[in-house]
Amino acid sequence: MSEVKRIATRESYGNALVELGKEHENLVVLDADLAAATKTGVFKKAFPGRHIDCGIAEANMTGVAAGMSTCGFVPFVSTFAMFAAGRSYEQVRNSIGYPHLNVKIGATHAGISVGEDGASHQCNEDIALMRAIPGMVVINPSDDVEARAAVRAAYEYVGPVYLRFGRLAVPVINDRPDYKFEIGKGVTLREGSDCAIIATGLCVSEALAAAETLAENGIQAEVINIHTIKPLDEELVIAAARKTKRVFTVEEHSVIGGLGAAVAEVLGEKCPTKLTRIGVNDVFGESGPAKELLHKYELDAEGIAKRILAEMK
Amino acid sequence: MDKLALEKMAVEVRKGIVSSVHSAKAGHPGGSLSAADIFTYLYFEEMNIDPKNPKKEDRDRFVLSKGHTAPGLYSALANRGYFPVEDLLTLRHTGSYLQGHPDMKHIPGVDMSSGSLGQGLSAACGMALAGKMKDASYRVYALCGDGEIEEGQIWEAAMFAGFRKLDNLCVIIDNNNLQIDGPIDEVCSPYPIDKKFESFNFHVINIDGNDFDEIKKAFDEARATKGMPTAIIAHTVKGKGVSYMENSVGWHGKAPNDEEYEIAMEDLRKAGEALCQK
Repeated sequence: MSEVKRIATRESYGNALVELGKEHENLVVLDADLAAATKTGVFKKAFPGRHIDCGIAEANMTGVAAGMSTCGFVPFVSTFAMFAAGRSYEQVRNSIGYPHLNVKIGATHAGISVGEDGASHQCNEDIALMRAIPGMVVINPSDDVEARAAVRAAYEYVGPVYLRFGRLAVPVINDRPDYKFEIGKGVTLREGSDCAIIATGLCVSEALAAAETLAENGIQAEVINIHTIKPLDEELVIAAARKTKRVFTVEEHSVIGGLGAAVAEVLGEKCPTKLTRIGVNDVFGESGPAKELLHKYELDAEGIAKRILAEMK
Repeated sequence: MDKLALEKMAVEVRKGIVSSVHSAKAGHPGGSLSAADIFTYLYFEEMNIDPKNPKKEDRDRFVLSKGHTAPGLYSALANRGYFPVEDLLTLRHTGSYLQGHPDMKHIPGVDMSSGSLGQGLSAACGMALAGKMKDASYRVYALCGDGEIEEGQIWEAAMFAGFRKLDNLCVIIDNNNLQIDGPIDEVCSPYPIDKKFESFNFHVINIDGNDFDEIKKAFDEARATKGMPTAIIAHTVKGKGVSYMENSVGWHGKAPNDEEYEIAMEDLRKAGEALCQK
């Protein structure tokens, strides 16, 4: 088997900003002393006049972005998910969400795959927080191709967008000529009739690998990539539920309030179907290498397959 | 506008504050009245604005960081011609565009939604920085409460503005010395306010914020100040212009009843008449 290309979606974010920056002079990037980690350093190098380091002051950075957007700029606010969605929640809600301003929030280092830094920096609650804000688009891309497409789509969309990126290098799975990114449109990556695995972010590639294991065990799983958690592709979710009668969601986020909750809300109201939410089970993370943590929290292919096999016995 | 005309207009702005809060049966008259002269000066003298074209690109911007004093801003906007003065009576009513706190999506002339204390100054910094980056000539004004500056985000924003030398930004602190729980120096004192802004690299001007001569001088000085933002510490009287509301903490966020409304309007009618005798 040839070596799969791996790249962290935070890298994709920085690279996409540089590309977009060349095309659009009104694009500005804000950082809170983390440009090296959020990977916006490449934008800073290419467009120093359009990169604004706000220092370690995320609340102010969020408000500055709001103000700049009222004057015609399209700001991308960059910091870790913990601070973008957590510390600055109320600034995002009141200074960006309520006036529905054209600000994009580039949140890197989401989920437990932050790794060694541990629980204080592993945000497993950001999707829940951002999803609850009226009018906020929430995107969690699965790989480099999707992340770059998502940044472009976020720029083109007028209104607030929360973009969730990871620290860990993840396999490129969407590198095909017919790949198309559309906000709010999920993608069926594998057909199957026994169950549907609806995944988001880095869990999409793990779900695809898990589906191979399931196939070896006689279970044909449909695998759906939901890159946009809000607005959710309800049609696709309902169609998969009707077809397979058994749904699993997989995300590197708390089982409370994230993709699993979004899917549960839709199915509960419109198409009651047996559902299992696979994610971080209402606990804080811990320190350790990212891959080891994904394994320990059973969010890698092995853990996902094991859980589905047990549930479908 | 000369001083007398400004004083007369300020009486009209205060009438709008009292009427709208009375009609709403809720709202914040104290801090609206203390800042009424500043609202009046900004919208009738200082700012480059056009009520017929509220979004014109080169307009000066105003952010009411102490958003709860929306009645003061709305009254100034209405009297300036952004929307009918009669509409002030719909303040806080269900279905009205005059929301309890400034809503830029629905209110002509409101440059930024605000209300959650501490957030407006950051947005003003963003507008000022945008102006610098675009080489635009507009200025940005932000009005903060003296209690509001207990919020940490204010000092994040002050650090940013001072560091970035945003000399197109003018922050006004409505220093009426009262917040909900009592005098600010008894709750959690932010004093000395002037020295704090100075240390954040602001040009600082202390004035009587209910005196148009001093207000004019301060804004002129702010406009002439280059290389650093300006903070005007406006020493004001909470509830200014309504006898029983002056310097009374109880009138921070309470509406006058019908009887109190009549007394307040009578106070303002008398003040208006006295100015007409001048």
